[in-house]
This record gives sequence, structure tokens and C-alpha cells, in this order.
Amino acid sequence: MNASVKLAARSPAFDVERIRADFPILTQQVHGKKLVFLDSAASAQKPRTVIAAMTHAMETQYANVHRGLHWMSERTSDAYESVRDKVAALLNAPSRDEIVFTGNSTQAINLVAHSFGRGVLKPGQAVLITEMEHHANIVPWQMLRDSHGIELRVAPITDAGELDLEAFAAKLADGKVGLVAVTHMSNVLGTYLPIERIAALAHEARALLLVDGSQAVVHRAVDVQALGADFYVFTGHKLYGPTGVGVLWARRVLLEAMPPFMGGGDMIASVSFEKSSWAQVPHKFEAGTPAILEVIGLGAAIDYVNAIGFGAIAAHEAALTDHALARLSDVAGLHIVGRAQDRGGVISFTMDGAHAHDVATLLDRNGIAVRAGQHCAEPLMRRLGLTSTARASFGIYTTHAEIDFLAETLDRVTAFFQ
Amino acid sequence: MSFDDVRDLYQEVILDRGRNPRHMHRLEPFDASAKGDNPMCGDQIELRLVFAEDGRVADAAFEARGCAISLASADLMAEVVRGHDGTELRALALSFGELAKTGVLDSNDTELEKLRPLSGVCEYPSRVKCATLPWTALIAALDSRSREAFK
Repeated sequence: MNASVKLAARSPAFDVERIRADFPILTQQVHGKKLVFLDSAASAQKPRTVIAAMTHAMETQYANVHRGLHWMSERTSDAYESVRDKVAALLNAPSRDEIVFTGNSTQAINLVAHSFGRGVLKPGQAVLITEMEHHANIVPWQMLRDSHGIELRVAPITDAGELDLEAFAAKLADGKVGLVAVTHMSNVLGTYLPIERIAALAHEARALLLVDGSQAVVHRAVDVQALGADFYVFTGHKLYGPTGVGVLWARRVLLEAMPPFMGGGDMIASVSFEKSSWAQVPHKFEAGTPAILEVIGLGAAIDYVNAIGFGAIAAHEAALTDHALARLSDVAGLHIVGRAQDRGGVISFTMDGAHAHDVATLLDRNGIAVRAGQHCAEPLMRRLGLTSTARASFGIYTTHAEIDFLAETLDRVTAFFQ
Repeated sequence: MSFDDVRDLYQEVILDRGRNPRHMHRLEPFDASAKGDNPMCGDQIELRLVFAEDGRVADAAFEARGCAISLASADLMAEVVRGHDGTELRALALSFGELAKTGVLDSNDTELEKLRPLSGVCEYPSRVKCATLPWTALIAALDSRSREAFK
């Protein structure tokens, strides 16, 4: 950690106790113990402003969007559409019309697999993913492979848990890859992938690039143009927003070339029994009544993180991660999985003599919530030669004291099973 | 900070069986086998059974990777299945499922009594599957033996 990061972490602008006060759930107790929530990578907790925004909408201005010629519908449509602007700004997307609301990241990737995969990719072309993908960025491509004659290629990772760029480039060499689909940040290893470099390699090989930003968008400022992505997806509930809303960003020319994924109301220009025509992007991809309240909640979540600022968030979490890596390394019998240079606050570990589920149960009884298992990344687990890990993941509300308590509790776990 | 309140789950017999299972080895030859896996956590078990001429289990052993709960459960199961036929074992599996879910031992069955150390799992809903995984494999092994018999 360099000096400027240290300073930023301690700057009065970022007061973790003040942030914690914004999250009502953090005062809860579990098993009579203070909640220590270290499972934000699975789903983050919600600040009061997000809860209030959704409640406020339901209590004061709620109707269906894009339909009613009445005051309530107009207000709701405005609130809903204003979030499209907020998301576009969050990602530095060139246009608000490139923001498609989905149910979550999984739905966003499935949208691309169905629409771009069947409508634009040709049988015989390949999709290239990596060994460290979440199932959400594996299974949709397997389904496309089996239904559409697409080849699925997998780029290997190094033992340190980083993408093997040389092997990755080799997978692109024959020019058959039409789409590269990679995570921005591993949900198991915490590794950030070098997206700019990956984008350059992909584009050199005339392939497009989809980035799964589910983990990364929470921790770092994302600029889809600077990254060189063609598609970027993320989900609301990891970004301190509600469940049920996700985002697909894609370059306009791609969205326009892609056929609709689902048909129904709100995605059409006109309908007759003989033929229908599609609405403009992004509405072409938003069939049916959308997740209105959840989108409004996501808007409040984006406002919330913007008010803190991604500079301060990244500095706080970098300090936390350094602290956690140091403290956990000192726990006897504990092995941290992955040693990537560029990594964030998602730390998987195994313990000698204690299975991850047993570790998680003991931590839980002390109020500490971690995830244990395969983390929806079974192929990565196999690659690492592991069956399961425990995973501690951090958010803006995580404190150094919580990490100390985790390390102290883990010290006792080893003794318990000996 | 204390682990005292997990002692109902991790009783000494569970910790001991989890650390040093008595019946975790490859049984060869065998009459029936089945695999069980829990995709949530990656735990896997392969159970093998040997039957006596009267159709009762003569020997049982397993190979597994898993948590203390699933290993201890498999180890205790491998012991209690001996001397029982398929019908008895299916009934025992049902009773054990109830024990794991509710903690209530609703019979004077001496075999079930041997499994009582696992009753603490009922307080940990996410761990019930760890305890029942070996029994799922047992039922699958009995099913495969039934299918063989009809061939």
C-alpha cells in the first residue's frame, strides 16, 4: 500500500462509522453476537436511502411506466428513466440509450448469449472465457454452444490466480473467436483482470469483449470506454441496491444489430397478428413491466456510492484488504487462495483440518457471516485442486476491527478441530 | 468469544469420527454402490455395500471428501446399516431424516439411538444436508441393487 492510499484511508472524508450508521441491518445481532457481515460479495447490505427511496416511491408516486397518460405514471416513468442516466454516468457510457435494465447479471449475460449469440455470432465461431469465471459466465455459453454450434474456449489461469495472457492470446490466434467474455474481478480469488489489455488483444483478433462487472463495479470506478469493453454487465444487489435489477451496457451499434431476447409489451413499436416491429434501443430489450421499484432503488444506491466517492471507497477497501491479507497470513494452518498482484477485498481461504463448512458454522456462531463452498465457480475450484473454500468479502462498511475479530476467531477454529 | 454453543452440533463423537472415520476405505469386492454429492459445497461420497445371502448388509464402507458432519454421519451410518435388509434401512433413513430436521427421536429404535449425536444438526438448517448426504447415497445404492435384481 503506498502512502497516498494510507492517507486517503485515514482522511476524515471517509468515516466508516458514519457509513455504518447508514446501514440499519448492521446493528442486528445473530446468535446473540454482534453481526460481522463479511459476505458482501454474495450480496451487499442496503443503506437507509435505498430502502427509503423504494418505500417513498410506493407511498407517494407509483404506477406502471411508459403507459399511463396520468400524473402517477409520468412521475414513475421519470424516476425510472432518470436511473438510466445515473447508470450511464456510473459506467461512463456514451449514451443513456445503451443501458438495458435486466433482472441481474445472469440475465444480462443470457440476453447477450441468446440475442447476440444466436443473432450475430455464426456457427463455427468461438466464445472465449477464462478458468476463473462464475457459472453465470460459463453456462449460458455452453447452452449457446450446444444449440448454435458455437465453440467454447477456456483461457487458463496461472497458479497465482491471474489470467495467463500469453495462453489467452494464443486462444485468439486463429481468428475464430467472435466474443471474449471475462470477469472484471474474480468472485473467488479477488483478482482484477487487466481488461484494457484483454480488450486490445480481443479487438486485434476481431473479437468483441463482454465484461462481467458484478464484483468490480462495487469497488472501483468503471469507465467502459477506457476499458475498451463492448458489453458490460453488473447487478444491483451487490452495489448496495435491491435484488431483481441488473444492467447490460452495450455499444449502440451492437444493441441495434441484436434481435430482441424476449417479446411482449413495452418492447414493440407496433403489433399486428401478421407482424410486429421493435421499439428503439434500449426498450427493445425490456419486454414486460420492468422492476420499477428496484430500478429506483438502484438509482438511490448509485447516488449513495457517488456521494462517498469511488476514490475514497477504493482507498478504504485497499487498506482493509492489505490488513486482512496480513492478519489472515498469521493464522496458523490458514491458506489464502490466490496471490494476484492486482486484487480486491474478496479473500478465499482453506484451513488445515477444518472443512470450509465447519469453519463457516463456527464463525457464524460468533456472529461472523462468510460464504463457504464452491462460490458458483466449480471449474475454478477444480483447477485449484480444491473442493471448497471459505470466503470473506468486504464492503464500504467493513472495519479493521471486524477483520481482527475474524482472524482471532479463526485462530481458535484450528484448535477446536485438533 | 467462545465456541461453547456449537458443542451441541460438534459433540465429541462427531469431532472424533470426523477426524478419524473408522469405515472410510475402499471396499472390494462389493455388491452395490452409489455416489452422493452436494453441489453447494462440493462434498462427495461413494458408498459401497456388501450383502449377506439373506439380503442383509454384511459390510459397508465409504470414500468421501466432506466436512466433519458429513464424514461423521457417514461413519456412524456405515456401522448401523450392518445386519439390516433394504426395507429396514429405508425406514431407518426416513427416521434419521426426521431426526436431522427436528432433533426429535420418535422411537426406541436402538440403531437410531446410535445416531443421536447428530441430532444437534437440526439447529443448523444449512447443515442438515451434510448429515443426510450419506443416507441419500445409501438409498441410491439400495435402488441400484433393486434394479439389478429385476434384470
